[in-house]
Amino acid sequence: MTTTPEQKKEPSIGADASKPFVLKPFVEIINISKNFDNFVAVSGINLQIAEGEIFALLGSSGCGKSTLLRMLAGLETPTTGEIIIDGQDMASIPPFKRPINMMFQSYALFPHMTVEKNVAFGLKQDRVPKKQIKERVMEILKLVEMEAYAKRKSHQLSGGQMQRVALARILVKRPKLLLLDEPMAALDKKLRAQMQIELVDILEDVGVTCIMVTHDQEEAMTMASRIAVMDKGSIIQTGPPSVVYEFPNSRFTAEFIGSVNLFHGKIVEDAADHAIIRCEEIENDVYIDHGVTGTADMLVSVAIRPEKMIVTHDKPDEKYNWTQGIVEDIVYLGSFSTYYVKLTNGKRAIATQANLNRTIHERPTWEQKVYLSWLPVSGVMLTK
Amino acid sequence: MIGKLKKYLPEGRTLVIAIPLVWMLLFFLIPFAIVLKISFSEMMTAIPPFSTLWKYADEMLNVKLNMGNYLFLLTDDLYISAYINSVKMATLSTVFCLLIGYPMAYSIANASPTVRNILLLGIVLPSWTSFLIRIYAWIGILKNNGLFNNFLMGLGVIDQPLIILNTNIAVYIGIVYAYLPFMILPLYTNLVKHDHTLLEAAYDLGARPWKSFLAITIPLSFPGIVAGSMLIFIPVVGEFVIPELLGGSETLMIGRVLWQEFFNNRDWPVASAVAIIMLLLLAIPVAVFHHYQSKEAL
Amino acid sequence: MKGRTSYKMIIVLALGYAFLFGPIVILIVYSFNASKLVTVWGGFSLKWYGELLKDKGILDAFWNSLRIAFCTAGFATALGTIAGYVMARFGRFRGHTTFASTITAPLVMPEVITGLASLLLFVSMERIIGWPQGRGMLTIWIAHVTFATAFVAIIVSSRLRDMDLSIEEAALDLGAPPLKVFFVITLPIIAPALISGWLLAFTLSLDDLVITSFVAGPGSTTLPMKVFSAARLGISPKINAIGTLIVLIASFFIVSFSIISFKMEKKRKREAQQAFENN
Repeated sequence: MTTTPEQKKEPSIGADASKPFVLKPFVEIINISKNFDNFVAVSGINLQIAEGEIFALLGSSGCGKSTLLRMLAGLETPTTGEIIIDGQDMASIPPFKRPINMMFQSYALFPHMTVEKNVAFGLKQDRVPKKQIKERVMEILKLVEMEAYAKRKSHQLSGGQMQRVALARILVKRPKLLLLDEPMAALDKKLRAQMQIELVDILEDVGVTCIMVTHDQEEAMTMASRIAVMDKGSIIQTGPPSVVYEFPNSRFTAEFIGSVNLFHGKIVEDAADHAIIRCEEIENDVYIDHGVTGTADMLVSVAIRPEKMIVTHDKPDEKYNWTQGIVEDIVYLGSFSTYYVKLTNGKRAIATQANLNRTIHERPTWEQKVYLSWLPVSGVMLTK
Repeated sequence: MIGKLKKYLPEGRTLVIAIPLVWMLLFFLIPFAIVLKISFSEMMTAIPPFSTLWKYADEMLNVKLNMGNYLFLLTDDLYISAYINSVKMATLSTVFCLLIGYPMAYSIANASPTVRNILLLGIVLPSWTSFLIRIYAWIGILKNNGLFNNFLMGLGVIDQPLIILNTNIAVYIGIVYAYLPFMILPLYTNLVKHDHTLLEAAYDLGARPWKSFLAITIPLSFPGIVAGSMLIFIPVVGEFVIPELLGGSETLMIGRVLWQEFFNNRDWPVASAVAIIMLLLLAIPVAVFHHYQSKEAL
Repeated sequence: MKGRTSYKMIIVLALGYAFLFGPIVILIVYSFNASKLVTVWGGFSLKWYGELLKDKGILDAFWNSLRIAFCTAGFATALGTIAGYVMARFGRFRGHTTFASTITAPLVMPEVITGLASLLLFVSMERIIGWPQGRGMLTIWIAHVTFATAFVAIIVSSRLRDMDLSIEEAALDLGAPPLKVFFVITLPIIAPALISGWLLAFTLSLDDLVITSFVAGPGSTTLPMKVFSAARLGISPKINAIGTLIVLIASFFIVSFSIISFKMEKKRKREAQQAFENN
């Protein structure tokens, strides 16, 4: 994860998640809701997106992310709320006149047209002169490295090639905003990882603002500069991938993005620079030295990521932040291993350890007694 | 013993293929060879009323091919104009069916699944009830003192009845009425499979709804259009019942001519020649139909 | 998926269905007309139905038609099912396109040609092998089976193409021989297609005029032949009454079959849904 684009882009939008905008936002979604009959698909969403940003709406299926995207494209009409793009209210603009283009999950390439005709379709609708269409189509096909396939029909293309054509078809219109609906869903796993990087490179070359929808957290974290985690029609948390991962604001985000160990307990000591939480599932109290806002006796959850758990054979010396258990299961994944540890009171905890050296005899094995510990910065206290 | 016998018996698979194939060869394909043969014979007052093509006597095989029937057909204006007229009427009725059937098939394909089933049943239902009765029903509607004229005169739109029955207009109405389901069903089967996101993609790329319809829906439904058109064009060329019941003496159609040659003139050889030329005429549309059928099946 | 019906579509459909059903409704209404003038309403009456029952010629013709239709439907369903199975499941054996075209050829053949060809075959066969003797119910039955088989084959093969092949493969894998798989697995699953194939063959046979006229002989007059010769002379309320009966009987069978298969499908879906949720 060290070379993901997220890190190079972070400065442009600022590391401070609470105040992301210095300039006026390019896309403004104001209190948007959408009801289907009696079902609320999207409820009261507010979002601001800056120019040139790649923004991901992340959530499981049925969370309303696709509906939100379709409202932006104009394919669904919002029940309430406003969408403003580059200062222009979109309410009265039909989809075929919006400066927005969408890449469909299935890519929706026209099967009876060649690659070239597919890409030219949008320009023809805008009555661009023929000569110019040809130039722009060739130029964009070159950008996505598909110029050799201009005369092919969509059924003669591989999944990755279809994706590039779909991208070319919308980029050629030079839209103000690009919408990507599950851009990788139609590709197989191996191709996915490669296309994620390629797609971001192309999008950054063009410099277009982009909103994507995905249910795959890895995809969102690889591609997007900011993520909005959605559930049941609402946004739970918005922020750069690292913030959403390291500082989840709720149990939902913590559990949805990556895996997490959650312990329930209550605050026993609440000081200015730290808090101590007593959890029944852990033998010792949890000491957290950051981002703590709470009052004594408040019921909270403590989230600890598996990779922040340290597995040892020896009993730690600290007073806080450790517990013990028996190794129940080990999943060896090459670069790291995942240990499922049964704690003394029966709860299962997960810890991942990088396999730094080749010898395995020093690592914990099945049915062994181990100690799990973590640093005061590792735990996150969740009140929601 | 059984093992030996087994060797000469066809394999199960071959047998399964053979049963329907032999039936169809015997009762459908061989008859066409016989029609071809008889088209080259002479009409005779005998039972059956035609001459034999070959005789074997005195170690000589005499084959006598009578080209007269074909020459007669190709020189007589009646037959030529009957062929031309049949093709013209079949073409026009196909176009009418397409113009009426396409919007209907499109609307059904876009209805919700439950409604769709009911609507489809409504299309299928008339075509499963008697063809003859349905054509007959139009006589009462279209005749001079029929319901349609009574209705228009009652409204005061006309004061003299329109003469529709026993004209080509009545035949067109009858054909479109009877064959419309054959256009709607294949079109529906095609249209219901269309991926709606293709249309959304077209809107998204800046095409207005009607333009997207022209650029996406129509070309993609082409196999359905061809199938429906062929299902109408081919049988209508040889249609007999509709021109006989609704048409007048001016309605010259080849199916009717064949019927008259056979039943009224008892000229089996000429009737056979009429059939053979009609088959040649239909060879291209039939080939087109089969081509698209096998493509659709894949 | 939800519907996308606009008011334009509703108008199109309303006009279309009025066109399709209007004449049939008018036909039915006027079969209850007391007046002999078919186009003038003279009050409600069942007298034409009474007249029908007294008309021996029509009753005989109807009985002939029914017998032929029953025999045709049964045999054409068997033959068409085999043909449809070959088309959908035998893959690309040598000559598979020829097979499919031969089976389905009667679908798009003008009836006058099929009728003429069938008659000439029967005449030639009688001359050469002495069978079938003369023309009558047997020749009508053979001709009807031939074209009805094509329709059944199409229905069965398209149903088979929709059916999951792996179900049959699983049965083979579990040790059932091909013939057993066909009877125990395939047939029950495609049963609705067989029923609709049977119904279609039945109505096609019951309804056919042109082919029947060619291959019929003395004493084998069918109902359509009766109706046709009466209709040629103009309209009569008696034909309206026959038409009404045919329409009502056919509609009853088709509508009840559709409702049953629709309900079965719905029940199956609901049960599958429940099973899924209970898991």
